[in-house]
Amino acid sequence: MASAPSKLYADDVSLVVVLLDTNLFFWSSSSVSFSQFLSQVLAFLNAILTLNQLNQVVVIATGYNSCDYIFDSALDLNRGIENGRMPAMSSSLLQKLEKFLIKDEQLSKEEPEGRIKSSLFSGSLSMSLCYMQRVFRSGALHPHPRILCLQGSPDGPEQYVAIMNAIFSAQRSKVPIDSCYIGAQNSAFLQQASYITGGVHHKPQNLDGLFQYLMTIFATDLHSRSFIHLPKSVGVDFRASCFCHKNTIDMGYICSVCLSIFCKHQKKCSTCGSVFGQAQSEVASASDKKRKTPET
Amino acid sequence: MASGHVTKRAKYKTTIKDPGTPGTLRMTLEKILFVPHNPKSAVKLDVEFQYIKGQKHTKEGSNKPPWLNLTNNQNGSFIFEFENYSDLQDCRDFVGKVLAKGGEVSEKPSVAYPDEQLSAAEMELRIKLLQEDSELQKLHKQFVLSGVLTEAEFWATRKKLLDREASKKTKQRLGFKSAMISDIKPSADGRTNKVTFNLTPEIILQIFAEKPAVHRAFLSYVPNKMSERNFWTKYFRAEYLHSTKNSIAAAAEAAEDEELAVFLKQDDILASEARRKIRRVDPTLDMEADEGDDYTHLPDHGLFRDGNKEMAESQNELYKRTLSQDINRHAAVVLEGRTVDVELEDTKAVAEALAQSKRESSKKGESDGDTSRERLDRLSRMTEIEDLQGSNNLPLAPLCIKDPRDYFDSQQANALRTSGDALGGTEQIKCSLSIPEVYCSLRASISLIKAMGLNEPIVKPEVAHQVFDALTYSISNTKHNIGKNPQESVLDRLPRKTKEDLLHHWTSIIELLKHFWSSYPITTSYLYAKVNRLKDAMSNIYPQLEEIKGSVPSELRHQVSLLVRPMHQALDAAIQHYEASMQKRSTQSGEKPNGYV
Repeated sequence: MASAPSKLYADDVSLVVVLLDTNLFFWSSSSVSFSQFLSQVLAFLNAILTLNQLNQVVVIATGYNSCDYIFDSALDLNRGIENGRMPAMSSSLLQKLEKFLIKDEQLSKEEPEGRIKSSLFSGSLSMSLCYMQRVFRSGALHPHPRILCLQGSPDGPEQYVAIMNAIFSAQRSKVPIDSCYIGAQNSAFLQQASYITGGVHHKPQNLDGLFQYLMTIFATDLHSRSFIHLPKSVGVDFRASCFCHKNTIDMGYICSVCLSIFCKHQKKCSTCGSVFGQAQSEVASASDKKRKTPET
Repeated sequence: MASGHVTKRAKYKTTIKDPGTPGTLRMTLEKILFVPHNPKSAVKLDVEFQYIKGQKHTKEGSNKPPWLNLTNNQNGSFIFEFENYSDLQDCRDFVGKVLAKGGEVSEKPSVAYPDEQLSAAEMELRIKLLQEDSELQKLHKQFVLSGVLTEAEFWATRKKLLDREASKKTKQRLGFKSAMISDIKPSADGRTNKVTFNLTPEIILQIFAEKPAVHRAFLSYVPNKMSERNFWTKYFRAEYLHSTKNSIAAAAEAAEDEELAVFLKQDDILASEARRKIRRVDPTLDMEADEGDDYTHLPDHGLFRDGNKEMAESQNELYKRTLSQDINRHAAVVLEGRTVDVELEDTKAVAEALAQSKRESSKKGESDGDTSRERLDRLSRMTEIEDLQGSNNLPLAPLCIKDPRDYFDSQQANALRTSGDALGGTEQIKCSLSIPEVYCSLRASISLIKAMGLNEPIVKPEVAHQVFDALTYSISNTKHNIGKNPQESVLDRLPRKTKEDLLHHWTSIIELLKHFWSSYPITTSYLYAKVNRLKDAMSNIYPQLEEIKGSVPSELRHQVSLLVRPMHQALDAAIQHYEASMQKRSTQSGEKPNGYV
């Protein structure tokens, strides 16, 4: 679907849920400093709020051990201290972010070495979808929501199942997931998320101008996407990770009952317990293993 | 005709009106030779049989003279007039034999492969598959008919398809027709006062199923007392008598001929079966049978008309049969279904098979011996009152709710256990600081922002300009190259023929490569020849791809070349491998130690 229909009272109102990646490991080794990144994002959020009076922004922080709501523009009526140096809403956001980081640190425990240091993307995605369900059921007039993921951490293959489930439910509720990947590698999950839900995926080349990228691409509301051209990925990395070892694989075995993916042939599906029958071809080919060359 | 030739006196006519040139007609397996008696006559015929397409002849019973007309390929015809019809018959048989053999010979080269024994069923399956799948048919035409691949190789990789097709033909038994084909109406020949009945094996089976007395008679009389033909003649005589509804004549004939009487009487087997069924009926309302089933003995099927129970007795009552009886019996047999699976051609076999199945079913019905015991059981089951029963405590299976955490936690555990070796190409984030330090640094950044405010300006103008330029360029490019819809594929933008050609080339390349790579390592000369053939076919594809690229309008040419590139790469890899192995072979053969050739 090119753009989700907006069931609302004015065409270009948007409700954006921003998933902010606060994975410390990523930020400590990234070329962009966290403060630079934050300042550009704050300016961007403020800009969205100024595009239309009715616009709403919700920010969820994706931490290493936990996720939490940081900011909700609908609730933040107290405009905070306007000190001329930053937008009014930013101070509460920053405070909450600090508190979140403290809490996240307290949750951290000893991790075995060698694990991919990914953030809990699946958790924040699920939280955003829950928020949207609440909005849908509130009955009030609301703009059609979309999700914007600002990710830098690499994909955690162990989260594959949860992320795919969240993506499919977003597709079902017609919520586009935009993604901006600022890390070094390519993120297959984000590409798939945007492709499946009809959102926009972009990997900015120049991180100094992140604000410009955000404004040009991700500030567009859903209605305008029908006539504003946005960058399109040339290809999508559709690789999945297997359920048994969490490796990223291109070809594997799939259980026909629950669609779980395995990299090796198994006797029994570990998810739903169905027993896999003996494949027909194996039996037949065993009888004529020798390569057939007709008599000359 | 054991001999390989026929010689007859005949007259050769070029047209029907032509009186004909008398002479001798000699036919051998290869040709027809006609030599006129009069050596001075110019008419001489020497035609090879392969030019003869067909033959026509005049009928024996008609008033025409015996003529044989042989038609040839160019729609000309040779008419021969014989002296009598037996001559004509001989020649006709001979020509028929030769033509049939000729047909076989011409078909052989295309079908026979020295290394394959194909059954007719296999051939049928293959032809059916080819007809259903046009893609397969195109591939088949392209490779097998041009000699690149043999039939055997082509189908060797498609065993699964063939197996699936074969298993699809479920052996479903045909039931009986609802139409009463056993009630045959004869064809009457007004001239000769003959009545002709037509029998097919299907009808025979139905007759046996519906009339067990006839079946019994067949088993006992044929072939001991009379031939099958006689049996059916008598049967149809009886039918004819029934159809005329002349019960007096029927009685008269029955008195004369005891076998005929069997067919004219009521079917006693049916009657006894009905009576047996009634005895087995369960009083607890099991309406399997009731006295009305024995309708053959009850006039009006046991229904009382006008309230009176009088029954008009007549000694010929025995020989009457009503249409309703026939219809009911036929319906009962159709509903029972067909129990015989034997080939229908041999009547005796059919009769015996039917008898066998009847014996088995009757044995099953009475096998427990104590049918009364079974009835009592059933009775007790159906008359029990639930309220007065004791409670039967069935063993309950305890409720088992799986812990959902098992599902998620196990995956986490799996991940932690094995993710050490699951990194592949992804870089690990090297973290030189310890965790608390990192958190501190993050919080420091936040405090920095709080103190300093946002960057001023948020983004430098030249950087923004760069970004903007790059974005617009890439957006316009991709739109130009790929199209607006992210889910639209490049192929859809190409003209249909190009798309089909490309896809077809892909499948044919895959087919060729499959066979190519499976032939390595080359161990026999057959494989060597096969690889050569495949390589030639592959080299032929390159110009075809170029052609496609050229035929596409210029703005799509880049897309097409992108699509074509992997095909080129695959073909290049294969041909490279081929050349390398050729080289190796030639160096190996050149290096043979002294003495070997």
